[in-house]
Amino acid sequence: MSYRRIKVEDLSKAVNGDVSPVRKEELKPLPPPYDRPEATPELAGLDEGARERYAADLDGTCVLNIPKPKDEAEERALVERFLSGLEKLFTKENNWTFLQPLLLSMEHCAGCHTCSESCHIYEMSGRNPIYRPAYRSEVLRRLYKRYVRKGGSLLSDFRSGRIRLNWRLVARLAELSYRCNLCRRCAQTCPIGVDNGLIAHEIRKLFSQEMGIAPKELHELGSVQQLRVGSSTGMSALVVKDNIEFIDEEMSDLTGLPVETPWDKAGADILLIHNAGEILAWPENPGAFAVIFEAAGLSWTLSSDIAAYDSINYGLFYDDVQFARTAIHHASAAKKLGVKKIVLGECGHAHKALTVIADRVLTGDLAIPRESALTTLEDIVLNGKIRVDPSRNDFPVTLHDPCNIVRNMGIVMPQRRVLEKIAPRFREMTPHGVDNYCCGGGSGFAIMSGHNFADWRNQVSGRKKLEQILLAFAGELDPETPKYVCAPCSNCKGQLRDLIAYHGLWEKHRILYGGLVELIVNCMTDVKPGFIDWEFH
Amino acid sequence: MTALHVVSLACLGVFLLAVIYRFVRIARLPVHVRWELYPVAHEKGRARYGGSYFEELNWWTKPRETSVLGELRVMVPEILLLAGVRHRNRSHWYRSFPFHFGLYLVVATTLLLTVNGVIEAAGGAGFGRLLARLTAGLGYAGFGLGLLGAAALFLRRLGNPEYREFTKPTDFANLLFFTAAFAVALAAQVLFDPDFSRMRGFFAGFFGAPAPGLAPLQGLQVVLLSLLAAYVPLTHMSHFFTKYFLYHDIRWNDTPLAPGSRLEKRMQEVLELKPTWSAPHIRGDGRKTWVDVATSAPGDDAGEKGGAS
Repeated sequence: MSYRRIKVEDLSKAVNGDVSPVRKEELKPLPPPYDRPEATPELAGLDEGARERYAADLDGTCVLNIPKPKDEAEERALVERFLSGLEKLFTKENNWTFLQPLLLSMEHCAGCHTCSESCHIYEMSGRNPIYRPAYRSEVLRRLYKRYVRKGGSLLSDFRSGRIRLNWRLVARLAELSYRCNLCRRCAQTCPIGVDNGLIAHEIRKLFSQEMGIAPKELHELGSVQQLRVGSSTGMSALVVKDNIEFIDEEMSDLTGLPVETPWDKAGADILLIHNAGEILAWPENPGAFAVIFEAAGLSWTLSSDIAAYDSINYGLFYDDVQFARTAIHHASAAKKLGVKKIVLGECGHAHKALTVIADRVLTGDLAIPRESALTTLEDIVLNGKIRVDPSRNDFPVTLHDPCNIVRNMGIVMPQRRVLEKIAPRFREMTPHGVDNYCCGGGSGFAIMSGHNFADWRNQVSGRKKLEQILLAFAGELDPETPKYVCAPCSNCKGQLRDLIAYHGLWEKHRILYGGLVELIVNCMTDVKPGFIDWEFH
Repeated sequence: MTALHVVSLACLGVFLLAVIYRFVRIARLPVHVRWELYPVAHEKGRARYGGSYFEELNWWTKPRETSVLGELRVMVPEILLLAGVRHRNRSHWYRSFPFHFGLYLVVATTLLLTVNGVIEAAGGAGFGRLLARLTAGLGYAGFGLGLLGAAALFLRRLGNPEYREFTKPTDFANLLFFTAAFAVALAAQVLFDPDFSRMRGFFAGFFGAPAPGLAPLQGLQVVLLSLLAAYVPLTHMSHFFTKYFLYHDIRWNDTPLAPGSRLEKRMQEVLELKPTWSAPHIRGDGRKTWVDVATSAPGDDAGEKGGAS
């Protein structure tokens, strides 16, 4: 039995249960040995308490916790605030940042559905109709044509399709904007150039910038905390310095090389900015960076200025203002230190945020050059600035391409050239490069686990990556052979950690994940063998 | 010049005005942040795998190498053959390609008829047999393919629930309009003007030559096709030229900001715009600029946000 057909106008209708709940029996089967239904856990349902309190009847999960309106006045208020935001979204004063791309995407979809086949969430859910990339776009498009371009109801129905605006539609559209990883694979396949990922992004902005509705993990605990305390992890400058000192000691013990991370070194060539989540969750990653940069003799530093020791910029996913505030902090720290360039550590969204999206925002003396660490590392490894022994990496390695680094920035080959030099058993996933699939944690999902959302991530949005990993290691799933998924992105690693744990890939098949720098240090001849500890954490 | 000529010219005028209006309106929209998507076709030596200049160490110190040929290599098959749809949505391509290619052939026929009209009006003999046959051949192929494609697209939208659910009444009306126009054109030419000689004469009439009469069905053909030409740029089908912006201004626009450039000046202008977003962490009041807002801290009451528990 397949999903019930859902029309665009159905999003405003009252329903018993959910509009289109995800059902396990509909999910696309995985490769062996996960091809039997009992090989994957049951989907956790949304608890009744959440259903009672929140407008959460879209698909069986919930990330926004929008309180259910208590009366008609609250229902009307929700709709009116939405309409106010909708109008602002199409004005240059409020949305010059994306107005042209948004308008062109609003006006030119031909409804060919080529985008549907490209979406991993739609495909792996078993083709849940509300996950079609064009579905949420079409809802916004009809609202735009009726309420912004003032099409009039009868004429608008004829020209633009039926839509009824009510509080249910508002709440469901908000949730639906968080069922897209913003990976833009659909935009890549659109023959006209319509960008459904952008439309999901713009819907999120409307809710955040006008209505103050965004996932707590991205806003309160994310960008707001980063701008107040210095990092979305909650680490102050004092704490992060303490942690890095501890990591330096660990690295010195582990590698046999003296490691001391420089802080706030004015006039250094490079300001290195890590995703601060690495420091807490994967300390071996910033540690490996320090080992490599020191061994290569680079002039580099970290900054303890507010927000500048954390490359995270969650504003990229939901809010232009929070995005701009964070990017300005990053550039200001570099300006203050007088560095020649900022190098971004292994964090995909930080790459795109500071290098591409902020490019035109950082004018004047804030226009400090930014570079990907993958490029810096390629120079170090391929030009012999460190000595490597690839035989130390004699195990199967595959590469996950973070969407923000590859499809959205065009950094495709440096990481491959490094792997080809240091990992003799490297093999690609299919497809890869700019045609890659998202890990399923993109656009902030990896840090969102409220209610049963982690289940949804691991069963639906991460399912395609799971399929790709299993196929990349097909024939070698024997637990005797340790295997490594190289994911040079903190957000992607967070998702892979959850995905691997949820499906038991480490216990059953010895599939581990990690960054690129760990693999490099693991084969440095000046380093004691065994840097990668082959423990799942 | 007859009333039919006047109708055709009026429709041509609407077509041109609509295209110019839309083009100017889009071009005058404020500069936006970068939002490119790879492969970017003009990346010299890297477009084949989707690479960018960001792959270079110290990329800002090196000259950017772009390739017009690279763009043409993507654009020509995309425009002429709908390569993207063919590659990714073959079943739709079987319907969409004949429709679009039919339209191209009708446009080509129109251009040939116009050239012939100019020659005849200037006292020349017009096209020789070969060119005349080519004109007619292209016309028949265009009307035929267009009719086939429009009808097939109409039936797909009617019969396939995936498509039907997203199809507005106006989409059905548009496809019926195309179907009717191509069917009438095909029938009129076959029945009343198989060698296109009357139509060649009609086009010469635009340029002052004595215009021969057209059969009534041909008159309907001219009216329908003229109205169609006027109508298309008023709709989402204007993608035939707005696609330029979608590709060159967005998908392939990887121009980095250079200090002192015109782009930087345009950016500084938009940064002075005054937002009115109401969320507590912004409190745009229409007086603070984007610079003011972006260099301020989020409001203290940002805790009002929703959030997962």
